[in-house]
Amino acid sequence: MQTIYKDVLIIGAGLAGERAAAEAAGAGLSAVCLSIVPARRSHSAAAMGGMQAALANSIMGEGDSTDVHFSDTVKGSDWGCDQEVARLFADTAPVEMRRLCDWGVPWNRVVPGKSKYFKGGKQFDKEEKEEKRGLITARNFGGTAKWRTCYVSDGTGHSVLYTMDNRCAQLGVEVHDKVEAIALIQDGETCYGAIARSLRTGELVAYIAKATMVASGGFGKIYKASTNAVICDGGVHGAVLDTGVVPLGNMEAVQFHPTGIVPTDILVTEGCRGDGGTLLDVNEERFMHIYEPEKAELASRDVVARWMTHHMREGKGVPSPYGEHLWLDIRHLGEKHITGKLREVYEICTSFLGVDPIHQLIPVRPTQHYSMGGVRTNKDGAAYGLKGLFSAGESACWDMHGFNRLGGNSLAETVVAGGIVGHKIVEFLENYECSIPTAVISRTAAKQQQRIDDIISGANGKENVYRVREAMQDALDKGAHVFRTEEGLTKCVETLQETLQRARKVGLQTDGYGASPELSAALKIEGQVKLALCVAYGALQRKESRGSHNREDYPARNDRDWLTRTLAYWKNPDDDLPTLEYEDATPSYEIPPGDRGYGKMQIISADSKEES
Amino acid sequence: MARQLKFNIFRFNPQNPESIPHMESYILEETDSMTLFIALNRIREEQDGSLQFDFCCRAGICGSCAMVINGRPGLACHTKTKDLPLEITLTPLPVFKLVGDLSVDTGTWFRSMYNKVESWIHTDKVFDANAIEDPMENDIAEDVYELDRCIECGCCVAACGTARLRDDFMGAAALNRLGRFVVDPRDKRTDKQYFDVIGSDEGIFGCMGLLACEDVCPKNLPLMNQLSYLRRKMGIVAIKQMFKK
Repeated sequence: MQTIYKDVLIIGAGLAGERAAAEAAGAGLSAVCLSIVPARRSHSAAAMGGMQAALANSIMGEGDSTDVHFSDTVKGSDWGCDQEVARLFADTAPVEMRRLCDWGVPWNRVVPGKSKYFKGGKQFDKEEKEEKRGLITARNFGGTAKWRTCYVSDGTGHSVLYTMDNRCAQLGVEVHDKVEAIALIQDGETCYGAIARSLRTGELVAYIAKATMVASGGFGKIYKASTNAVICDGGVHGAVLDTGVVPLGNMEAVQFHPTGIVPTDILVTEGCRGDGGTLLDVNEERFMHIYEPEKAELASRDVVARWMTHHMREGKGVPSPYGEHLWLDIRHLGEKHITGKLREVYEICTSFLGVDPIHQLIPVRPTQHYSMGGVRTNKDGAAYGLKGLFSAGESACWDMHGFNRLGGNSLAETVVAGGIVGHKIVEFLENYECSIPTAVISRTAAKQQQRIDDIISGANGKENVYRVREAMQDALDKGAHVFRTEEGLTKCVETLQETLQRARKVGLQTDGYGASPELSAALKIEGQVKLALCVAYGALQRKESRGSHNREDYPARNDRDWLTRTLAYWKNPDDDLPTLEYEDATPSYEIPPGDRGYGKMQIISADSKEES
Repeated sequence: MARQLKFNIFRFNPQNPESIPHMESYILEETDSMTLFIALNRIREEQDGSLQFDFCCRAGICGSCAMVINGRPGLACHTKTKDLPLEITLTPLPVFKLVGDLSVDTGTWFRSMYNKVESWIHTDKVFDANAIEDPMENDIAEDVYELDRCIECGCCVAACGTARLRDDFMGAAALNRLGRFVVDPRDKRTDKQYFDVIGSDEGIFGCMGLLACEDVCPKNLPLMNQLSYLRRKMGIVAIKQMFKK
């Protein structure tokens, strides 16, 4: 088995991973990123809309500040976030946007003079100032008080990722692509790297490092209907859970994006609504303003997704062979805007739907989109439970998003957190030496080789991995979606427990030579079902509604009992449920829990604690 | 009645000593809105779990799923089966190293490309965290993005006559990449410096002008305009150099 030694091992080569790698390499450390796909294919590339940062250059961003950004983020999270982290994020975001500017991102810029914009289907005028000419401009996104989302047309993720990868190439960061981490090397106290499998040859490789960072993105693909890329399958989360000592935070907090297109579940950006697109029902009438008079289509995603689902339940959905949906209308934005600033949307609609959004409506419905939950870390990005293990980006529960994240905040988080955590890793390594226990490496490698041999030979059974995956996805799609109930979640947990037994008996139908895709799927299925159980069981236990977590049987946000973060451990590999523990949502409050200003709902106040 | 589609797919697993390159056929019933993404996944999950192919975003944004579809390089994710005949032949992209079946190694090729063209901003400016950004005209930013949109799928390289003839030809993707920096005012390289990178048969003068790169580009990048622009610019540098001698 090949063994590779580095100062820093980063699992994932998307924006968070590469930003951290750039920080490490800039400090003279050796860094390697592992990636299932070439770095530039990471899911970061698919983010269209933009990155929130309070630069306040555009006229509609005037008066914006990091305080307002912080406040929007906390409200967006429904007071589920760590406020220290949200503060750190809001304060750092403008610096990171400017740094990206220096590194080569072609941000859209302020053009002085009069122009038109749309809001709620109506046209308005604005005039940009001459003194702001050429500075980074911003567009409108949901849940924000000001126009704050920096963007590059609607290819922001693509452009920033390419710039970041250029930077990494310049700094000599190695990216080992077509390599998949399948287990962490650890002794219950310290992490020493990971065992990975080459997706070229099928061989195992040991990556040994003083610091290991998980930056593997979300795990949306445990749902069937998800906007996520094929690679966002939670494989690395499964490996983290498998340590038994590192908890995953807030796994029940799953975001459903209002505008996944039907039937392919591809996302069309929130920029459509930010730029003035509207949602219409079966009668082609707007409805969001009825539920949210103030913010309408620009309430936060959890709120819009909830009202859309509600509206369809009221019989106002559009019937289709793929189930009910609603319409997104961007026709009034005009051809120039749609083929310019929303070009990807135009291409997606024409290529995948055969719909021309300049003249036709786009069929949309809420679709799994973002995992607020993930590897629980402290504000330095250090994972709970294992020394030398870090995480950042969507894979982490650094927890600036709490129970709902705002559009434009995740892409910004990748670079902001990547920079901050990367810097913390550099600091951590300044005074850190560890002795590498080779027995731990060989034991971990041998265990993984045994797993592979057993799956290939069918030693544990002959369950078909794809059927097991389907069962898991169906259970989640049915029971742990936008609206949740005791009954639905109980059924979901039971189904997943049965599915877990099946996952443990997966055996290959084919030979398993080389990069075998069937083997790749088989190696992660048990971990995936465990993740699904963390989501469903965490949701079953959380008897309140907060952000994206909506319990119909507990519709109030209950600050009295649930101003907490769920920590899900898998303490014994043979368990069939996670062990849940809870901690305070935030160590301190800059803004005490209150009304968000949208998504009206009952709140059980934390102050009622004494009375109960 | 739904069409019965016949897929002829190139099969070879270099890691299996018994594997020999061959074509294999699979039959699938066509469903509504079927794309090659849906079809290939169904074949893998229902008929042969060992079939190798690459998809990632499955939305035409990441470029993973380029392959040769009935003789023409394209993205499988946004190729609808209804636009294809009953018989569909899929082979891996040429030029790139084969990983197995329809999967090729574009990562290694592109990384060596951007090391060759030094695909990053060349500047002496040191980032100052306390300063506001340097202004840039929005039109220029949009011009840069226009060329930055390449998704490195490799279709242009696979379709390129010169790239098929000589291993060292940089291809349209590389020239487009360099062009992105030529129009970017933040990059301080001179025309002479660009010339040193692409002013040869490996670069701009190797292009035979067959136009296939632009024909197959799934992002409709203006590759030929870009190539001719660079060739003109580099031609001027070449002439200037001649007079210096």
